[in-house]
Amino acid sequence: MKHLSILAALIAPVAALADPNPADWDVVLADAKGETVYWHAWGGSTTTNDFLAWVGSRVAEDYGVTLEHVKLTSTADAVTRVLFEKEAGENDDGAVDMIWINGANFAAMKEADLLFGPYAEQLPNWTVVDVDGKTVQTDFTVPTDGYESPWAMAQVVFVHDTADMPEKVGSMQALLEWAQANPGRFSYPQPPDFLGITFLKQVLVDILPDPSVLAAEATDENYADVTAPLWDYLDALTPNLWREGKAYPATGTAMFPLIADDELGLSISFSPGAASTAIANFELPDTVRTFVLDKGTIGNASFVTIPYNSGSKAGAMVVANFLMSPEAQARAQDPAILGYGTVLDMDAITADERVVFDALELGVATLSPAELGTVQAEPHPSWATRLADDWAGRYGVAE
Amino acid sequence: MKPRRLLHVLPAVTLLVMLGPVIAGLYGTVLPAFGHLPAAGLIGPTITPFTDLFDWAGLPRAVMLSLGVGMGATVIALTIVALLTAGWSGTRAFRFLERLLSPLLSVPHAAAAFGLAFLVTPSGWIARGLSPAITGWDRPPDLLIVQDPWGITMMVGLIVKEVPFLLLITLAALGQADTQRSAAVAQALGYGRLTGWLKTVFPRVYAQIRLPVYVVLAYSMSVVDVAVILGPNTPPSLSVYIVRLMLDPDIAMRLQGAAAALLQLGLVIAALIAWRLGEHVVGAFGRRWIATGARGKIDPIVEVSALVAGSAAAFAVLAGIIVLGVWSFAGFWSFPDFLPDQFMLRNWMRFGPGTLAALGETALIAIFVTIAALALTIGCLEAEYRHGLRLTQRGMFLLYLPLLVPQTAFLPGLQTLMLNIGLDVGRLPVMFTHLVFVLPYVFLSLADPFRAWDARMGTIAAALRASPDRVLWRVRMPMLLRPVLTAMAVGLSVSVGQYLATLLIGGGRVATLTTEAVALASGGDRRAIGVYGLMQTGAALIPFTLALIVPAIVWRNRKGLRHG
Repeated sequence: MKHLSILAALIAPVAALADPNPADWDVVLADAKGETVYWHAWGGSTTTNDFLAWVGSRVAEDYGVTLEHVKLTSTADAVTRVLFEKEAGENDDGAVDMIWINGANFAAMKEADLLFGPYAEQLPNWTVVDVDGKTVQTDFTVPTDGYESPWAMAQVVFVHDTADMPEKVGSMQALLEWAQANPGRFSYPQPPDFLGITFLKQVLVDILPDPSVLAAEATDENYADVTAPLWDYLDALTPNLWREGKAYPATGTAMFPLIADDELGLSISFSPGAASTAIANFELPDTVRTFVLDKGTIGNASFVTIPYNSGSKAGAMVVANFLMSPEAQARAQDPAILGYGTVLDMDAITADERVVFDALELGVATLSPAELGTVQAEPHPSWATRLADDWAGRYGVAE
Repeated sequence: MKPRRLLHVLPAVTLLVMLGPVIAGLYGTVLPAFGHLPAAGLIGPTITPFTDLFDWAGLPRAVMLSLGVGMGATVIALTIVALLTAGWSGTRAFRFLERLLSPLLSVPHAAAAFGLAFLVTPSGWIARGLSPAITGWDRPPDLLIVQDPWGITMMVGLIVKEVPFLLLITLAALGQADTQRSAAVAQALGYGRLTGWLKTVFPRVYAQIRLPVYVVLAYSMSVVDVAVILGPNTPPSLSVYIVRLMLDPDIAMRLQGAAAALLQLGLVIAALIAWRLGEHVVGAFGRRWIATGARGKIDPIVEVSALVAGSAAAFAVLAGIIVLGVWSFAGFWSFPDFLPDQFMLRNWMRFGPGTLAALGETALIAIFVTIAALALTIGCLEAEYRHGLRLTQRGMFLLYLPLLVPQTAFLPGLQTLMLNIGLDVGRLPVMFTHLVFVLPYVFLSLADPFRAWDARMGTIAAALRASPDRVLWRVRMPMLLRPVLTAMAVGLSVSVGQYLATLLIGGGRVATLTTEAVALASGGDRRAIGVYGLMQTGAALIPFTLALIVPAIVWRNRKGLRHG
């Protein structure tokens, strides 16, 4: 008996340090109470910041979790930090508890074993996630394997001011022709901004006869051939861009004031509802509408992930789970709040919960799910990395 | 430690606090620049980081930007200040401009830069004011003004902030040079006001303001926040590129970042040497010009131009703050309307709570740092008074050293070093780093009034059996209330305006008004920028207002102390 208690005393601290088991949700909830979760998330959009603040107030109320939004200018900052902490031996209580992530950053962290999990598919709300209809188990073709949980769906839409550009265009080729006819009225964010890279990928996906080559890793053999049409396209486009391509907007949201000022007539967004939200916030004129291309546009999911060295994993899982709740999802989809697409399966939630979604007004500039049409797959992350480097060499160092 | 002993070591402690982080940071930069970064498993030495850096196609332009903007901003700001003082000091117009410019000194660089951007961009307030009536524009012209590849707008952004700084420094120096008599003699000999001043007074004044001018040069060459807001991106200036490399997810990029930081340091050193040589050249030309005996025929034209330039600098900052205010209350506001469709509190309701949290963090850091800086400064000055431990000319140079080493050369190294030795980033390290920048300014601000205090007061108090401590606390400090409060206000505003130190050493966890505002720059939400920029300006300006009001109230019945 005596030995047992000594043994227990020896084990106790070890048990306290062990990672919480996502399958044992009651223990997770108990552990989470009182924890502070530092959520590293891009902070350039004030509407997103407001939404994150609301999530913070809700998880504090229901679960006693304190959420701090660490506002990043680039998600890569958080990845760097975790990498450095691992090298420095900070394995138990790193600065980062949760990251808003996808694409190359996720691929890099997963590859380097920097993630906690798998946890995502054990979260209680995973049961209502639309696993079949939405790409929530792969991220830019990389399997998530439960190391990140989805919280929003995004799809490329083009934002146009109907006062300048009454008709939508159906292809990237038509967009180029419009830009040539209307010089200085179109731009895209400067890569490596994620939306800027997305624009490059969108061009590639649309002008390639067969974009399926992009699903596999880019190789030294095929990269130059596959991307050659893209550079031809950009060489034709750049002199007709806003400021003749000598300067670029920093981000997607930075293009909204340019539309409001009548500098741009057309821009690109990764959030189908963002234009409606911006109209509601007086950031865009109410003549703005959105469209997608005939062949469809690139779409992906936004995820959250938990670093292996977070000291508040239980708290982070509680937040991740709350993000997938019908309450949070309905709020995120409300164009007056955020206008992000939901990750939930409308048939899996209760009728009461569905009423909230059905009651949402899409907003004047938001396309319905049917109008959004085909979602094209994201290329493998290796393409994005190479495109960003190549772009910087060609257009990022004006001579 | 006994209090007496404490006072003896205080000057050494102060130097350590001020220079320790700079030296540690430079050390932390040199090793990775030569490929040595044990935390990432990289062992040097190698010169690969430098070859990688020189392979970057944007490097020549980035270097030219750093040099051109830094040199240009310093030369132009100094010229404006010298001509303005030469042509107008002692006049009513000058006093008015001086009063206008001094509060602008405390406006954080980031807020001034945002304000300028909102004024001069093709859709900015100036274009709105002139359109469509004068310009005929019903939509903004496609002109590259903000973020122009030559960095001209960025240079202007620096000039409007450096003019108030150099002007106040010059005014302080005027008091110590026997200027009025020289100028009077020159004018009696038939020299124009401006020419006479430049020929007789300027050389003496310049000798006194030389170090602050070097500070302006080093700062302008390596500034980050102004460059992020107003500078080009294709490619960016060297300092912005350094910060970008330091934040890259690929750790190997830090090696290149460290190499670029060393290059930045080398550039600043080279520029300072070039400037020093330039002083001799200008001096030689100046002597030849003096020898010609020219009395200054075009003086009136130059005088008016200088006044216009100085007023334009003041106007740019003031109007910039006003336009920040207009945006913070704006509803929908399209080009070319001069004012928004409607004014509303909605933006403040939305962003107000966020700014309050950031204000709390900003105030906590600024107050702690300023009190620490003030305590060290008063300790040093009191040690000098009691024990004669006076700073020599070389000591003055040490005081300026942290301001002369480019921030982008030692802050990234400091961060890497801290990570290497397992120190956590956060609020406390941020405070220590702020102290590096706050301490010199507090010291410089307080030293002269402290030394100018009439020591006979102390003798009288001592004769009344007051101990030295009692003399300090009951006589000297109350009499120096106004300069002490001014020094505090200076310290607070320097801390409030710190961007890079807070960003890098805070590891992104420390969110002050300045880091939040600059982070918003990429998002381009002008209403949010307006709210944050205004809060930032307020946080820096209010202490200055208090420093004026409090002594007036406390000494309302002590006329001789009110302007102490």
